[in-house]
Amino acid sequence: MNWVALWVFALLFGFITWLGFAAARWRKGDLDQLHEWGLGGRRFGTMVTWFLVGGDLYTAYTFIAVPALAFGAGAIAFFAVPYTIVIYPLLFLVFRRLWHVCHKHGYITAADFVRGRFGNRWLALAVTVTGIVATMPYIALQLVGIQVVLGALGVSGSGFAADLPLIIAFMVLAAFTYSSGLRAPASIAIVKDVLIYITAFAVIIVIPVQLGGFGKIFSAVPAQKLLLAVPGPHTTGAYSAYATLALGSALALFLYPHSLTAILSANSGRAIRRNAAMLPGYSLMLGLLALVGFFVIAAGIAGLPEYAQGFKQFGNNFAVPALLLHSFPSWFVGIAFAAIGIGALVPAAIMSIAAANLYSRNIHREFINKNPTDKQEAQVAKWASLIVKFGALAFILLVPTQYAIQLQLLGGIWIVQTLPAVMLGAYTRWFNDWALLLGWAAGTIAGTAMAVATKLTPTFPLALGGYTFPGYTAFFTVLLNLAVAVALTPVCDAMLTRRTARDETVPADYRP
Amino acid sequence: MRAVRRGWSWWYLLFIAESGVILWPPFYNRIEPTWMGIPFFYWFQLLWVIVAAAVTALVYFATDE
Repeated sequence: MNWVALWVFALLFGFITWLGFAAARWRKGDLDQLHEWGLGGRRFGTMVTWFLVGGDLYTAYTFIAVPALAFGAGAIAFFAVPYTIVIYPLLFLVFRRLWHVCHKHGYITAADFVRGRFGNRWLALAVTVTGIVATMPYIALQLVGIQVVLGALGVSGSGFAADLPLIIAFMVLAAFTYSSGLRAPASIAIVKDVLIYITAFAVIIVIPVQLGGFGKIFSAVPAQKLLLAVPGPHTTGAYSAYATLALGSALALFLYPHSLTAILSANSGRAIRRNAAMLPGYSLMLGLLALVGFFVIAAGIAGLPEYAQGFKQFGNNFAVPALLLHSFPSWFVGIAFAAIGIGALVPAAIMSIAAANLYSRNIHREFINKNPTDKQEAQVAKWASLIVKFGALAFILLVPTQYAIQLQLLGGIWIVQTLPAVMLGAYTRWFNDWALLLGWAAGTIAGTAMAVATKLTPTFPLALGGYTFPGYTAFFTVLLNLAVAVALTPVCDAMLTRRTARDETVPADYRP
Repeated sequence: MRAVRRGWSWWYLLFIAESGVILWPPFYNRIEPTWMGIPFFYWFQLLWVIVAAAVTALVYFATDE
């Protein structure tokens, strides 16, 4: 047990617990209204949005998993960098339009927008269910981040005692999310990001000095891990895998409910556009931290007996915590681990709020209680956020971690299928709503089948005319989805002439 | 500024150029030239994060209404 680190960790954790509850009074609003509880009253300016979206998208799991992938698989892990470059033009162009239309009509979820734009409750339901199902394993993965740092601190036991710290952390999270809504993760995100930046810069500066410079670090990395493998004949090999992983992940990212929740909580379209230029600060940090996977190789950590147990239990995800333990004094390890642990709570809170908003607005209100009072609607969301979180907790305690990772992978393939309705819907009402639904179904079914066929790995080797194009399944299937939607739109329009639903938005709603 | 109000600006082409470069791995999948001992593959992509942020800032100021 590492007592100094554990104390620092516990103190910081206690501080953010207090902050999470105190946040209810920050920019005070009536928390009995869903947009106050679930979107912070749409009151956050450029800076708070920067912290909130940054804390939301660049999750603790990312900071553990990306270096772990670099440690295990090498250069391919760096796809996270082009991925986080390509997302910002999308944010700047597409999601600013969505912010405006959602602000104008009081939409709080993507499904709200789809319902208003296409007037089809079943298409909106598809978007809702996809969002909730894709979010659940994502929340579970955040718990893996906490589990790894707790394990690295030496908190261990057997049976219920082993899980107790995680359960406590989650009760705290559930309680302050219930009472403060989105204001809690927004305020905690500021603390978390300061801690993460301190940790990242210490790691990037101190460890290369300890290891004798970047030249030495990279010369310790095996040649086949250093670059992408050059493709052989008749295949685009690692190149197409790398590019489609980046592009497909980028297309999926802002379709996740938690991303949209954070975006919609901004107080102006201008705050969104400014953030498209400012958020790459996090991308730079993520890219630098990906290199940490190579530091682990160069430091020879995996061969040290004191970390053998951790690697056995957590696999490559133990690489970053092990390096931190190896390189820093205990008090700083406490800060770094708190950064990761708190870094898991912020996105977990936002994800559960986003899923709760979806349930409350797009399932409960649409299908169960059609005319709720504001208070009832907010209350349903608060309960839903608890259920979602305890579902994720039960999942991570009862089911092997590997399943959460695989389900999260499937979640990426599923969520990208809402792209035509949500992202293209921001530009055009040309698509027929039933054609969009059929496209969604085709993409979802094909994506699931392809993922199963490749034993739940992200890339699928698409064979066409003697060539093989290995690529991200989400990318291939969203193209299929789009092709189906385009092909069937004229057909559905012709068959269903009298049933064309009304579009409640007008072009001016999408602009300042 | 008429173009801005219609929702399209020629400045947006910069986004396509910026994304096109980074989504074409053959362009940067090599070791030399290294910088501070870091292979080109890594420092170029990190540099591109900064370039892309600068491009976004430029487009923001050029199209701000």
